[in-house]
Amino acid sequence: MADLQGKAAARFVSLASIIGLWTVAAALTADPNVLPTPWSLLGPLAQEIGSGELFRHLSWTLIRVAWAFVLAMSIGVALGYLMGTSRKLDLWLDPWLVVFLNLPALVLIVLCYLWIGLNETAAIVAVTLNKIPNVVIVIREGARALDPELSAMARVYRMSRLSQLRHVVLPQLAPYIAAAARGGVAVIWKIVLVVEFLGRSNGIGFKIHLYFQLFDVGMVLIYALSFVTVMLLVEAAVLQPWEARVRRWRTA
Amino acid sequence: MIRIHVRRKALGGTEILRDVHLELAPGERVAVLGPSGVGKSTLLRIVAGVDRVFNGEVERPDNIAIVFQEPTLLRWRSVLANLTLTHPGLSDEAAGAMLGRVGLGGKADLYPGQLSLGQQRRVALARAFVGRPELLILDEPFVSLDPALSEEMIALTESLIAETRPSVLLVTHVLAEAQRLGDRICRLQGSPATLA
Repeated sequence: MADLQGKAAARFVSLASIIGLWTVAAALTADPNVLPTPWSLLGPLAQEIGSGELFRHLSWTLIRVAWAFVLAMSIGVALGYLMGTSRKLDLWLDPWLVVFLNLPALVLIVLCYLWIGLNETAAIVAVTLNKIPNVVIVIREGARALDPELSAMARVYRMSRLSQLRHVVLPQLAPYIAAAARGGVAVIWKIVLVVEFLGRSNGIGFKIHLYFQLFDVGMVLIYALSFVTVMLLVEAAVLQPWEARVRRWRTA
Repeated sequence: MIRIHVRRKALGGTEILRDVHLELAPGERVAVLGPSGVGKSTLLRIVAGVDRVFNGEVERPDNIAIVFQEPTLLRWRSVLANLTLTHPGLSDEAAGAMLGRVGLGGKADLYPGQLSLGQQRRVALARAFVGRPELLILDEPFVSLDPALSEEMIALTESLIAETRPSVLLVTHVLAEAQRLGDRICRLQGSPATLA
């Protein structure tokens, strides 16, 4: 418990130092149009919250992040597992992987909008396609490291396919899935913002585009940081507890 | 009756096994003795049904158990779950009783990593015998153990075999183990290896 409090304190101090640095930088710039002080944003923030604008755009972005995350993780984990366990499939799909891995996010986004249209499907497909290759790379490494002796054991004892997946394969892949998920959320929301910036009429990216045109640094910061806050909460409330749970056997 | 007939087994162009014939009557204990690297493990993997790429045929019962050189446990599941997950029909009580039989009463809820290596091997033995297998395959299960622990494990294995009476196929490179656990000793030798 003391350890847990120590960790929370360290996180708090670390975050507070970012705000401290920001305050110093704002004082040195001495121009609110370039970099406003943290507290001068509180007023406009309260206004955005009060009008419901912030919440509305935040939820649009969150929905897109959630869709892209679920799609990219499930397709990426399945593909990565298959490529890591089947040499033949790996041989055939690896060039595709390299192509998609090296395709700039912007190119995929623009192509999706051009081919699918300026709609929600295109936005989510673009983000998903951007993320899948990274997930595949990580999970493939995990699948290659699966213990062959355990698979042999599971076969001799005739464990069902489902039971093998759940109790033999997935626990071995869990650290890789966690790594892909944590890296994934961060990358996905950055790409979602670009997607919104380029072709959506709602979401954090759309608002940032709007305030970029108005050259309103304060509002850009408010929208960007409110989403960062949400992601920090998701990380602390969902991803870290889940990771701790699947790692329990290591520390017991 | 367990009938093993491997006409030919090659790995990457190298022929490893040729004309290996072996029959085990119910309850019979056969030890296959051979130096390291001769292809003993390859033979076992074929018999166990893990390796299906070979010329020949194997007639084996459905209910097989195996003990490897390493404990080969699911380290992320409890000791009890290591028994129940590999034997779907097994009740927690029966699994717990088996753990008690191998001297691990009270350890059921621990993870394998919390046990000593000797205890982990006991879990592997419990897992092998709890399903009352018709065929038990032992792949050098006592190698890399110090003499005292090795003796302890062999004694436990002997008494469990006496209780459950499976057919046993043991491979080892230690003559003393083969003599002690086998009714019959075959030697796997040569290149490609064959039984003598």
